[in-house]
Amino acid sequence: MLKNYLKMAFKVLLRRKFFTFISLFGVSLTLVVLMVLVALFDHTFGAYPPETKTDRTLGVLFVEFRSPDDHSMINGFAGYGFLDRYVRTLPNVEKVSLYSFPTTAVSYLNGAPVTSWLKRADGEFWQILDFRFLEGRPFTPQDEKDRNFVAVINETTRKRFFSDGPAVGKFLGVDGQHFRVVGVVPDIPILRIVPFADIWVPISTAKTDTYRGQKLWGNYLAMILARQRSDFPMIKDEYHDVLKRVEFPDPQHYNKAFGEAETLLDVASRAFLLERGYGESPVRRFMAWLILLMVLFMLLPTINLVNINVSRIRERSSEIGVRKAFGASSLTLVGQFVVENVLLTLVGGGFGFVLSYGVLHFISSTGLIPYAHFGVNYRIFLCGLAITLFFGLLSGVYPAWKMSRLHPAVALRGRG
Amino acid sequence: MIRLSNVDKVYRTSQIETVALSSINMEVKEGEFISIMGPSGSGKTTLLNILGLLDVPTRGTVRLNGGELTSYRDRDVARIRNREIGFVFQTYHLISDLSVVDNVEIPLLYRRLRGGERRKLAREALERVGLSSRIHHFPSQLSGGQQQRVAIARAIVGKPRILLADEPTGNLDSQMGDEIMDIITSLNREVKTTVIMVTHDPRLAAITERIMRLFDGRQVN
Repeated sequence: MLKNYLKMAFKVLLRRKFFTFISLFGVSLTLVVLMVLVALFDHTFGAYPPETKTDRTLGVLFVEFRSPDDHSMINGFAGYGFLDRYVRTLPNVEKVSLYSFPTTAVSYLNGAPVTSWLKRADGEFWQILDFRFLEGRPFTPQDEKDRNFVAVINETTRKRFFSDGPAVGKFLGVDGQHFRVVGVVPDIPILRIVPFADIWVPISTAKTDTYRGQKLWGNYLAMILARQRSDFPMIKDEYHDVLKRVEFPDPQHYNKAFGEAETLLDVASRAFLLERGYGESPVRRFMAWLILLMVLFMLLPTINLVNINVSRIRERSSEIGVRKAFGASSLTLVGQFVVENVLLTLVGGGFGFVLSYGVLHFISSTGLIPYAHFGVNYRIFLCGLAITLFFGLLSGVYPAWKMSRLHPAVALRGRG
Repeated sequence: MIRLSNVDKVYRTSQIETVALSSINMEVKEGEFISIMGPSGSGKTTLLNILGLLDVPTRGTVRLNGGELTSYRDRDVARIRNREIGFVFQTYHLISDLSVVDNVEIPLLYRRLRGGERRKLAREALERVGLSSRIHHFPSQLSGGQQQRVAIARAIVGKPRILLADEPTGNLDSQMGDEIMDIITSLNREVKTTVIMVTHDPRLAAITERIMRLFDGRQVN
């Protein structure tokens, strides 16, 4: 039966080539836009090296401090002192790492300034994240403790300063300080804000130790590795408890702390939903919104495809009459037309995949998003396939249902 | 086998009401060969459609093997059409995108038979109508008579007990018409298929056992 449906679907596709082209064009274009967005999302939030332990990693990415009357508020990155005292000491976690948000730093190459993204991190940073080392090794907690001027650089920085040759053991001047390169890692896309940088150096090598005095806010973030994912609620509760016990240097100005031990996706979800509150994870609502927006985006091409399908099927009223006369029920015909439409959208989806691959490759090659390497992996493929099937069903069911209800005597007269 | 009691069929639009059939009573016995005659617009095709469960009466009842069909669901009616009835139309109604053998297989698709079994039965039906050498042709590659023979093969492939033919020779010249009539007559005589045929041609009607005449939607015999 299915083989027969597919054979028929193929013939129908070839029958009205212009209609087929318009349908395929609509499906492909829609899929390209959605696939690019999905790839962007996956690229930012998916579990890619070095962030391979996302299933048991939380972060303290932002904190909020409020005045006693709630009229004054500071919301942003936490200070090193705050994280060192209240987050690093959290019990029941496997590891905690502190690191700075990357800042630009200037080096000189043959007298010309070169700007790089510099991240200061502790030794645990390299233990939680799974960086692949092209040469050398990471710096260690001991390096951080001993204030060793060592650095890990990315591939692009190696190419810039050392012309692709080995970099380990060589020195690199950054913002007036000199670091000995101990390791080289592949480029990390800028959208992966936790691991991203061009150059990583120990926190303790900062020019001054004022960072240690950042009791509340500053430029630092924390990464918390749980022993297992099921510990997340406990860790979150413990962090909430800790926030209630924060000692404020000037309680008349700020005396309340808010925040979450959460994932980057939680933070993005809150930002998207314009939520200021803390508590329950907004990811599910965020995903529901994203799916709703995707469906809305598909609505216009779907309506177009529905119209095309109705007129395509209307042309086949005689066939509908014959099939009904020889025993097809309305439900069987709905099945046949839906299968045909799903096949059409799958063909369109196939073109869409190829086009998406090209568009993603183009975006990567422009360097618009530094170090981004967009590709189509199995997650994006499955998502695209789901979108295509949903699209096929959405645009196929209504015309199929409408035409399957046609009375056979009327259909045979060709009055669909 | 089939009994129509006080069947009316009225077509209504927003402006007019057309009575296609009025107070039709009819009984068809197993193995009969009946022709329905009447001028254009007298309701012949409407009556055949009601007999074939392609249309429903506005009033009255249709019984097949004792069961009243108006109470049946779409799925049950589809099953009866598939198992019990074969149709031959004046304009053949072959699906142009499908080959001869694929067209003939259509009734068997709805019986969930395996592909090999379907193909075997379709070949046998085509052999019966003398078209076994044309199975991979498409309808557009055949003459009118050949297309009607394919339509007959499609109608009989599922071995239905009733064959309904709506002016089966109406679009054919007399020689081809005779060939088609020979096939239909032999089905009635040899396989004992009940045949109900709409025709304008008294010569063809004379071959049948019984003639039912319609005029303005009413029985006149």
